Order: sequence, then structure tokens, then C-alpha cells
Amino acid sequence: MWDEYLFPASLDEALEMLEAHGGEARIIAGGTDLVLQSQRGQCSAKVMVDITRIPGLDYIEERDGLIYIGAQVTHGQVAASPLIRSRAGVLAQGCGSVGGPQIRNVGTLVGNVVNALPAADGAIALFALDAEVEVAERAGRHWTPIATLYAGVGLCTVDPCAAMITQLRFRALGKGEAGAFERLAKRRALVLPILNAAAIVGLKGNKVERARIAIGPVAQTPFVAAEAAEALVGRTPDEDRISRVAQLAAQAAQPRDSLLRGSAEYRKVMAGVLVRRALWRAVEAASLQEGEDANS
Amino acid sequence: MPTLKMILNGQEVFVDVEAGDLLADVLRDKLGLIGTKISCGEGECGACAVLVDGRAVDSCLYPALKAQGREVTTIEGLGQDNRLDPIQQAFIDKTAPQCGYCIPGMVISAKALLDENPHPTRQEIEEGISGNLCRCTGYYQIIEAIELAAERLAEKGGPK
Repeated sequence: MWDEYLFPASLDEALEMLEAHGGEARIIAGGTDLVLQSQRGQCSAKVMVDITRIPGLDYIEERDGLIYIGAQVTHGQVAASPLIRSRAGVLAQGCGSVGGPQIRNVGTLVGNVVNALPAADGAIALFALDAEVEVAERAGRHWTPIATLYAGVGLCTVDPCAAMITQLRFRALGKGEAGAFERLAKRRALVLPILNAAAIVGLKGNKVERARIAIGPVAQTPFVAAEAAEALVGRTPDEDRISRVAQLAAQAAQPRDSLLRGSAEYRKVMAGVLVRRALWRAVEAASLQEGEDANS
Repeated sequence: MPTLKMILNGQEVFVDVEAGDLLADVLRDKLGLIGTKISCGEGECGACAVLVDGRAVDSCLYPALKAQGREVTTIEGLGQDNRLDPIQQAFIDKTAPQCGYCIPGMVISAKALLDENPHPTRQEIEEGISGNLCRCTGYYQIIEAIELAAERLAEKGGPK
């Protein structure tokens, strides 16, 4: 399958290894997707550069209101992190839905992004959180919005044979803000989602100040229902309004007919149901949270 | 050919592997530890679960060289013929195995769960084995076995 398996001791060494092999080497982290891709002939790289032993890429931390997650952090670590659970619960829920425990113990959140699939549970939550991604190349490092990484189904603009994602960041949810993740699948574990949705709502008083909705897989890339979310801002999030916003989101979604996931017609309707549930849970959590803060 | 050095079931082991070998194949074909099963081969069934540094992983998706310097525990490392691990004994006492093929993975997942959470709720047990499929659908007896193992381990003062 592969000719060489390397463990660089630093980020620089990892990038040097990629360069030295001129496109024949690529980054591997958990490998839970990459092993299968290699077995199926979907990955031609012959040299694996394993970044899981580089010191200093395993953090989940908050600095100046932003949460940073290093490239080695697994879905399991995200799902169990007290910081993520309290300040970005939607991501804990998304990562907790990936595969089963053994997959979550190995697969990384950054890997979920690099694979660029529109159904990825972790990535959908990151889109709702409006995350940014740090890319490291030989020329240097730069931050970019997560959406700029997605060029199509399974197509990431970061070439893992020349560069790597070192970390993710997003604003921690604060007072009056909360998110929720919803997922429709044939079983509750070990199956890909028919649909998933993540919503974030920020409340001030009884009005919505901020809203974001992400849905997958209803387009080539994770879909942000921006117009629908905008229709919630400045409004009171009652049942009618949330239903209407969810309908707008479903109308904007463009799921395909899929033997695996069901018909486009069915999934379009269900997208509205998932968004409604996610928004409703997010609003409930946000108002609870705002109330708690007011009492403390 | 690179040499994989790991602590396998408590013993230091050196084995020559190919760069692309997966841990499940090394365990079964090179080390003869066939208690670890391969079923789906794509991380969906959990029959190949082993512990790496105490955490359950699917060894069919785990590059063997990732285990370099790590502690790996397979089903063979939990007990011997005359001295079973309390989890294994509980599986027998509750008649949890039917065809038996998923059971090594189930026991490994149960071990990972009880080491981390000695008093799991029923829901936590279900989540703990949610990465393991049983085609005989004998989940109830498996869940009851894990509950029984937790009780017995608590009486003995916790899992080892």
C-alpha cells in the first residue's frame, strides 16, 4: 500500500519531508479515512508523513474569546472536552456523532475538514461556528475561512502533499448564545448521515441577535443557509418564526437523489425538520443560558 | 523493512512490518494472535478492536507503525484459559456470545469503557459498544454481561 511511513518531530520537518518527496508524500493523522482511500486506490501517495507525534499540536484551548483546536485533536477529545461542551456544544455534538468510539479515538477533526465531504458531522458544526483554519506551507502560515477550503465533494484546496492544516479557531459562544446539532441516519452509530444540521443562535432579550445554520449533505460542500438565518435576526424566535426560517433553509438546500441517503424530495422536507429542531434547541439553550447569566 | 516495537499484552515485541501493514494483519498473520477478528475491514463493525495505550481502536484501519512504542492489548492479553478476565467471565455467565465473532471486539470495548467509567449507566454501556456490531443481534445479553462485570469489579475494588 505504502512504501514508507515517517514520523516527523516538528512541523518544519513534516513540510520538508513533503517537499523532498515532490508530491509522492502526504500528511496522515488518524488515517481512518485515508487507509480506506489508499486501499481503494483513491490516494496515490506512497509515503505517509504521520503528524501525530509532533509536540504541541494536541491542544484545545481558549485565548481572548477564541477557541483553538490543534491538528492532532481527535473527535473523541473534542466531544469530551469540558471547554467545547460549555462554549461550543454544537461541535461536541457533531464530533460525538462521527463513526463509533474506536473511530473517534483515532480520527481527527482537522482530518474531517481535509476530507472536504459535505456530510462530515464535525465540519458541519465548524461551518455553523464560522471557523477559520490555519494552513502551513513552506512559505509560511496563514488563516483562512473554512469555506475557502472546499472546492467540491472531497476536494480540499489544501494539498496534503505540500501543506497541512495546523489548527482551527472560532469564537467561543458567550452570553445568550447556544448551538445545537441534529442528525438523521438509519442507526445512531457507525452510519453516514442522511442529513445533518447545525444551528447557532444568539439572543438579546427576546430577540435574535445572531443566527447561523449549516446543513449537510445538500450541496457539493457544507451548506450555510445564510438567507434563512438572516430571516431570524431581529425577530422573536417563536414557533411560527422558527418554522418559517426552517422552511426557507429547506428551500435553499439542494439535496440530490441518493441510493444511500434517500430521494431529494424526502431529504428536502427532512432538512426543514432538522433545521427546525436544531434552531428550537439552540433557542431554548440560549435563553436558559441568558437567564442563568442574568441571575448570577 | 521497518521494525515495529511495541508492548503487546505486557511483553516487549519486535516484528518486521511493511510500511503499509495494518495492525490487525500484523497481529493475526505475523504474531498469530487470531483472537482479533477482521470482518468489515473498514471500521464499521468493531470486530478488530484492540486497546492502544488503553483506548479502543479499530486495528483494521490502524497503520501498524502507529503502534510504534505503544502498549497494545488484544483479547489474548485480558485473560488465559484458566484465569479469565471478569469481563470475559461475565460474558460467559450471561450467555452473551452467540456465533462469537464480534465478542473479542465487544469485550475490548467493554474493557475500555469500564477502565474509564467503572459504574456506567445502561445508556453509557450502549454508547460504549456503539462501535461494535453483533449480527446475531444479541445486544441485550452483551449489555447485561457488561453490567454484571461492572458489579463484580466494583466488589473486587475496581478494574485492573
